[in-house]
Amino acid sequence: MKKLLIPALLSALLVGCSTTPLPEDNAGAPVESRSGSSSGVAPVTAGGLDASGLPRELTDPKSKLSQRSIYFDLDKYEVKDEYKDLVAAHAKYLNANKGFKVLLQGNTDERGSREYNLSLGQKRAEAVKRSLSLLGVSEGQIESVSLGEEKPKNAGHDDSAWAENRRADILYKAADGRGEF
Amino acid sequence: MNEMSRISRRIFLVFSLLTAGLASAQLSIEITGAGANRIPVSIVDFPGDPSASRVITATVRADLERSGLFKLIDNAGLAIDENAAVNYGDWKSRGADALASGSIARSTDGRMEARFRLYDTQKAVSLGGAAYVTNNAQLRAAGHRIADFIYEKLTGEKGVFSTRIAYVVKSRGQFLLQIADSDGQNAATALTSSEPIISPVWSPDGGRLAYVSFEKKKPVVYVHSLASGQRHIVANFKGSNSAPGWSPDGRKLAVVLSKDGFSQLYSVQADGSGLQRITQSSGIDTEPRYSADGGTIFFTSDRGGSPQVYQVGANGGEARRVTFEGSYNVSPRPSPDGKSLAFISRREGRFQLAVMDLASRQVQVLSDSHKDESPSFAPNSRMILIATEVGGRGVLSAVSSDGRIKQRLTVAAGDVREPAWGPYFQ
Repeated sequence: MKKLLIPALLSALLVGCSTTPLPEDNAGAPVESRSGSSSGVAPVTAGGLDASGLPRELTDPKSKLSQRSIYFDLDKYEVKDEYKDLVAAHAKYLNANKGFKVLLQGNTDERGSREYNLSLGQKRAEAVKRSLSLLGVSEGQIESVSLGEEKPKNAGHDDSAWAENRRADILYKAADGRGEF
Repeated sequence: MNEMSRISRRIFLVFSLLTAGLASAQLSIEITGAGANRIPVSIVDFPGDPSASRVITATVRADLERSGLFKLIDNAGLAIDENAAVNYGDWKSRGADALASGSIARSTDGRMEARFRLYDTQKAVSLGGAAYVTNNAQLRAAGHRIADFIYEKLTGEKGVFSTRIAYVVKSRGQFLLQIADSDGQNAATALTSSEPIISPVWSPDGGRLAYVSFEKKKPVVYVHSLASGQRHIVANFKGSNSAPGWSPDGRKLAVVLSKDGFSQLYSVQADGSGLQRITQSSGIDTEPRYSADGGTIFFTSDRGGSPQVYQVGANGGEARRVTFEGSYNVSPRPSPDGKSLAFISRREGRFQLAVMDLASRQVQVLSDSHKDESPSFAPNSRMILIATEVGGRGVLSAVSSDGRIKQRLTVAAGDVREPAWGPYFQ
């Protein structure tokens, strides 16, 4: 045991002298994939994970998948046509990454009963869930819940504030449990 | 400026900061209406311990005054004990139909006994009396008990001064579930959370609250024992869990779950076991409240196209529509006496408290505000507590079920919402 350990420690020290050790998260999988790649070079995206432990493509503002909000008209609970591409992009990602889960949070504006609004927010979350399901996302990857009027994005009391609060948000969680919920 | 006055000024500043901090946690009450025929009553000072007497008689007088049903007659600074002969003619000429006298006796173990007697000056008879053993911390509670006795003797209905209320304060990004006496005093925080808390409801025994907390990033129903602070989850199914309503026997809760799609009514034992589905609709069913006899449940549903109040058997079955006027009638709350139903009705864009007489189905709008929410009956069915908005801030308002008497309760430092009036003191 000792004989095997010492060279391993030495090589670790030597590597340590020449380069800064990478944190485990950013080290990626190049060593294992080397044999599988025909060129012998694994493509690595720098900084694969963001602060919440999610892949950058879910949070990078340049990625379509970073768009997580679907807005609804007053007293309406259908996903509007302008959000069909967005929902499709998330469905494609979830179908390709079965380990990922989403929490769909429905929201309403502040007018009316808190509990009734909770149920209306649920209707909005359900509408997004149905769209994802129709595109093949499995039931086990989706939970739809409602925050009702309790967590307004815009704390104002006018039409534009209310429009911002009639919304469903998509939150992601990776297979290892890290993520946004 | 000499050293002494500088010190005293500093002390004064510290003192006022402290009292400002205390004041912000208290509800203050403003009365904006009164009953048509107020009973004139005089509460004299109670001989014995003067400071204890002041606390008790001030509590009794404030309670009676706040109810809007009594007119307090000046007691001319008199201190009269409960056994002293009453000069009925004298009190009649002062305008008092009733008179309460009493005394405070301190026992050797440091406790106090507050005795009192109530007299009818018109009929020149005693209406009875009582004695409450109390300590300094409970003096106001003794005052509430005396006020309840006087209220019941003179109106024929049970008083609710000894009851407690629960409500949620939103202040500096925190949500506080608070419990206070019915006059807003003695506020204590049962739960502090950085996520919203809604829909608190009292168990019929007054020892527990059920509510919805968002601390798990989604609505989950909890039951919380107030004395021990112990809480447990009653409903945390996939989806949203909300709108708890206790059965009158305190064994079950009606809850709203979205685990099978849209919001539907279920019942569950208070320990979270024995889940049963009550409604099966293709839309929203929510805000369940058991009727006083426990046999039926009033709830809100959009099954007819707009949110309206319906009634269904406690175990399910065919639902019957209860409200018809207007396109938005929500938050049904049957009165404890089973005679009426309070709910929130949208009229010309304003959300207002309305009450339906369940026998005649007559509806009366009780408020002139625009953002009423979450009505809650006092256990004697005489007053209804609601959340409303004044100047952009959440306040509580108590309205008599005939709409004549209105009280407003505000917290200096925040928004108050989601009131729930507790059961009778047990």
